[in-house]
Amino acid sequence: MTLKVVVVGAGVVGTACAFHATSAGLDVTVVDRGAVGSGTTSRGEGNILLSDKEPGPELELARLSRALWDEAGEELGPDSFELEHKGGLVVASTAEGLAALGGFAARQEAAGVRVEPVGEVRDVEPHLAPGLPGGIRYPQDAQVQPVLAAAALLRAAVERGARFHPGEVTGAVTDREGRVTGVRTAAGDVLPADAVVNAAGTWGGEVGRRLGAHVEVLPRRGFVLVTEPLPPMVRHKVYSADYVANVASSDAGLETSCVVEGTRGGTILIGASRERVGFDTTMNTAVITRLASQACRLFPFLRETHLIRSYRGFRPYCPDHLPVVGPDPRAPGVIHACGHEGAGIGLAPATGALVTAHLLGRTWRGADPTAHTGLLPNRFLTSGGAPE
Amino acid sequence: MSELIIDGEPLPFVEGQTVAAALVAAGRLSWRTSRVGRRPRGVFCGIGVCFDCLVTIDGAGGQRACLVPARPGMTVTTEEDDDE
Repeated sequence: MTLKVVVVGAGVVGTACAFHATSAGLDVTVVDRGAVGSGTTSRGEGNILLSDKEPGPELELARLSRALWDEAGEELGPDSFELEHKGGLVVASTAEGLAALGGFAARQEAAGVRVEPVGEVRDVEPHLAPGLPGGIRYPQDAQVQPVLAAAALLRAAVERGARFHPGEVTGAVTDREGRVTGVRTAAGDVLPADAVVNAAGTWGGEVGRRLGAHVEVLPRRGFVLVTEPLPPMVRHKVYSADYVANVASSDAGLETSCVVEGTRGGTILIGASRERVGFDTTMNTAVITRLASQACRLFPFLRETHLIRSYRGFRPYCPDHLPVVGPDPRAPGVIHACGHEGAGIGLAPATGALVTAHLLGRTWRGADPTAHTGLLPNRFLTSGGAPE
Repeated sequence: MSELIIDGEPLPFVEGQTVAAALVAAGRLSWRTSRVGRRPRGVFCGIGVCFDCLVTIDGAGGQRACLVPARPGMTVTTEEDDDE
């Protein structure tokens, strides 16, 4: 009998789960209350980064995911979602910063990341400001157009038999033992399921609650600025070494550390701010100003470049800044795949493979269900099963 | 009728027309290409939002042709630099 799986969320993580689960022969239905890739997936830059991750469970998932993005590119066609192996360049602004960056990179290298120290950063990125002391090139960093990626993954899943069901999940149907047998939608449908994957991103906390397995997933607002289209001026994903500190930070206030990169369309994207303001979408011009001025310090030509728009979205984070991926012991049949913060695009394929491995009970595409234990939801539970 | 200079050639315009209006009136519907696929680009929104009609005017790049009024003798160039 084929396992029936309902995936809640048609963002890049949910569609990657659907892609891998259907590839493994499972019967998959993807449910979303909105359009494919219309949540956090559409509000980032399409980062596939190893460079910003310190050794640990997230880096392990990211390394697998990096390989699986290449596999997806081979299967779906790399142009179908603008997969670009552009590499990352992390730039220090001071000698002390460069020393700290070098130490960080050495630990990453020991964990399997390819790192290339760069003395004269303008040799590899000619429009950078003069006088920067150096940086590290990360050749494995890459980029995709995330909405195209989610659509391509879902299309491939549908071609293999998956279904897309528009609607909002309101709750789980369970049997007498409390095991999930389906989900209810706001329209009154009941979709039968042997397993439900919570891939609702920033809304994963609420979806988990509706499924009887709440996990704490909180929104962190981030702005991205968009310039007018230009000839190619920025070759890598270029960011300041401060970004790494901000990604790992738990500070409640506004943090900005700019990430600058070109796109295939010619616009340059400038991220990345982080604010804890709940689900507040209000424009904050102070954030725009800070990001723009930091980007101009890195790339002086941007002073003469127009911003044409900005967008913002919510990065879903768990209290320990690690994603939550795996079965929830409180609700048999519920598997979480959310809380990826600003790294969801990069981590999506490995998350999909790991969820599929949990569904199958065996390794799938390099994802071992007995590994990656640092991402399991039981890290938030006491031994009795209650939230800590 | 006044004239501006576009890519070295004179282009007539009526007082009050934008650079884009003068180009379209002369029958030029596109003057840029998209980076991917080199597809033609010209006036799309016509109100300064889409940034598809960009030209260089008197040496200043990234100007929206749909917003800049044509002036006698102004120099407009449409070719894009490409450093790759």
